Amino acid sequence: MNQADRLSERGIVVHKPYARLSQEQIEMIDKASLDLLEKPGILCYHEESVSMLEKAGATAKKTREGEHDAWWVSIPAKVVRQALDTAPSRVTLGARNPDNKVVLDAEGNRVYFGSGSETNYWLEVKPETFTSKEDGHERTIPVMKRNRGNLDYLCRSAHIAEQLDNLDFFIRNVNVQDPDITTENKDVNVFFAALNNITKPVVSGVADFDQLEKVVNMAEIIVGGREELVKNPVVSFITSVIKSPLQIVGETAEKLIAIAKLGLPVVISTSPQGGSTAPIDELGMVAQVNAEALAGITINQLANPGAPVIYGAVPVRARMDDLHDMYGVPEFCHYNMDCAQMARYYKVPCYSTAGVGDAKVPGIQASVEKMYTYTAVPFAAPGLVHYAFGLLDKTQTFSPEQAVLDNHKIGMAKFLHRESGVNEEAVEKTKKTVEEVMHSPYRMYARYARGMLRRGEIFGGFPFEGEAEDQDQTLLQVKEHLNELEAREHQYLPEDICKKIFESTPGLVDRLNPYK
Amino acid sequence: MSKDLIDQIVNNVLQGRRNKDDEGIEEGMAGNPGVAELVQEALDSGIDTDEILLNGLSKGMEMVGEKYETGEYFIPDMLTAAEAVEEGMKVMEPHLVKEGKGGKGKVIMATVEKDLHDIGKNLVAIMLKGAGFTVVDLGIDVPAARIVEAAEEEGAGLVGLSALLNTTMSNMGDVVKELEEKGLRDKIKVIIGGAPTSQDFAEEIGADSYGKDAFAAIKEAEKLLK
Repeated sequence: MNQADRLSERGIVVHKPYARLSQEQIEMIDKASLDLLEKPGILCYHEESVSMLEKAGATAKKTREGEHDAWWVSIPAKVVRQALDTAPSRVTLGARNPDNKVVLDAEGNRVYFGSGSETNYWLEVKPETFTSKEDGHERTIPVMKRNRGNLDYLCRSAHIAEQLDNLDFFIRNVNVQDPDITTENKDVNVFFAALNNITKPVVSGVADFDQLEKVVNMAEIIVGGREELVKNPVVSFITSVIKSPLQIVGETAEKLIAIAKLGLPVVISTSPQGGSTAPIDELGMVAQVNAEALAGITINQLANPGAPVIYGAVPVRARMDDLHDMYGVPEFCHYNMDCAQMARYYKVPCYSTAGVGDAKVPGIQASVEKMYTYTAVPFAAPGLVHYAFGLLDKTQTFSPEQAVLDNHKIGMAKFLHRESGVNEEAVEKTKKTVEEVMHSPYRMYARYARGMLRRGEIFGGFPFEGEAEDQDQTLLQVKEHLNELEAREHQYLPEDICKKIFESTPGLVDRLNPYK
Repeated sequence: MSKDLIDQIVNNVLQGRRNKDDEGIEEGMAGNPGVAELVQEALDSGIDTDEILLNGLSKGMEMVGEKYETGEYFIPDMLTAAEAVEEGMKVMEPHLVKEGKGGKGKVIMATVEKDLHDIGKNLVAIMLKGAGFTVVDLGIDVPAARIVEAAEEEGAGLVGLSALLNTTMSNMGDVVKELEEKGLRDKIKVIIGGAPTSQDFAEEIGADSYGKDAFAAIKEAEKLLK
């Protein structure tokens, strides 16, 4: 067991969550959001949702948006409050290995880190040796190439995620673009690729509503039935039911309602961009994203009161030069820390974000951006922190080497939240130690550091330090470590389970079956 | 019995236990005999000093070094083990003197004048003791003349100089000059170390060797005093 392994544990407890907003400010945002839901209200593209909302006390007015029917729905505060009353404060994300379950408690302070989301590219790192024109010396440099995502990469990423000790839940991080994967069979293949390669919670979106039942059936085979799946939901879902600003997407609302009726956990994910689809200022952004999350939770709870639901706010800021998302900036931290507080106020578990690099490749820019948000956002103690592993180029690229580096950074962020250890007994021990050392020949504390070292109470430092004095060798070291991780034994599903899944799931491609 | 005692010495060096009051790496060892008590017991049982030294203390330190190399042990483990060996050597010393056996040689250690830093110097001093050298530690902020005087008085074969500051490292050269002026340069070797120093700097001031870290310093000392 190496130093890094000893230091890790499932999630972290943030002992005193940072409260950026005062209680008064929280209440102001709450009121602002509820006011927005009433006026202008939401623009809803899903008739069933409109009916449910109307039945609960909302008023709706039909309109036409382009080629689609839509409804302006004014949701009074009491409808939202009722939904929040039924939403559970504890949600469990199940796992193939029960030890890997994630238990979210909106009234607790444990934070879990996970991957996500579907990037189009997998960044390949290959060491190549060059001769310097300057000094004639040979140097090995990591050369990078972006490849389109495919099923093989997805399987590899899930296997790597299984090995990363600070990764608590898996959101697939590669968008598969194999020629034989179509809308009709994509969901079953990507869910199977994940479930077959990782024993931690699998959380993901479903692209095609018709595939939902097949995915659920697959999960039921793994755990042994519908009831078992509700107890141990090895799959949980993400629905991007909101199109900012304040619009409910038809097909996604349908999925959200179906998942609620199944009693499976679902993240209401809304990702407005400050400066384009939401106000860029902190209050404006948080008031809107909070309203959007509340609208999603309301529909979910109206569909099935008490269904496990997660407040998913992914507010980002726009770059001012091209209006792309921007993650490694202070405003991003402000938005996300505030949302964590709002979710806590509503006693609904929170899904948040940290660790996306705007940078295109691993390196200095990526490290700065990632470390910044890893340090800031978890201080507010959101339950889930997604996008935390390997994401670059504003979520366009997944780099497995970066994921390994991020695993270490998250270890550092987690260590930051360790308790101080200040208590009466420790004070007496400290006085005794200082006295002993003051009377020893060299007055050194090394002997006393040893106990903490052995108990894993001393952080191990950067594990990928190179020896060279004339080049950064970090990525080369990481590549070697990644190779070791990938060579570890796969935790495939048992053969009989795989057989059953393949027999009952049309569309699964044979190459995913490890027993063929 | 003899083998059992020697094995216990080795184990207690690995645990870094100077005496019965020390805890080891593993909890719950306090109260059991440490290196000092075990060496005394071995001597009392008539075990040969060479046996205790080579197969007990030195072997223990050798294993500590191997564990450091593989990443199992860290500097605090090395230091505590060296301290434990030092305690054992204190018990051994009168017996070695009586038998006319010397250690690996005598080393004067000092941080040079106007420099108050001593972590590196202490680390090397402890490790040298653990490796079987006799160390006379003059402390910090020691003028060149005093270092040379002590080396001559003690009959040391090696002077180990430490500095952490760019502004004080040049004082190392004064020690070399002082040794030359006193006609002692052939008898007393000089090794230097510390963050701002380097192999180039060692050559520039006429030192015999440069220790890039504590472990390199021990190896260099062994070569220089062979």
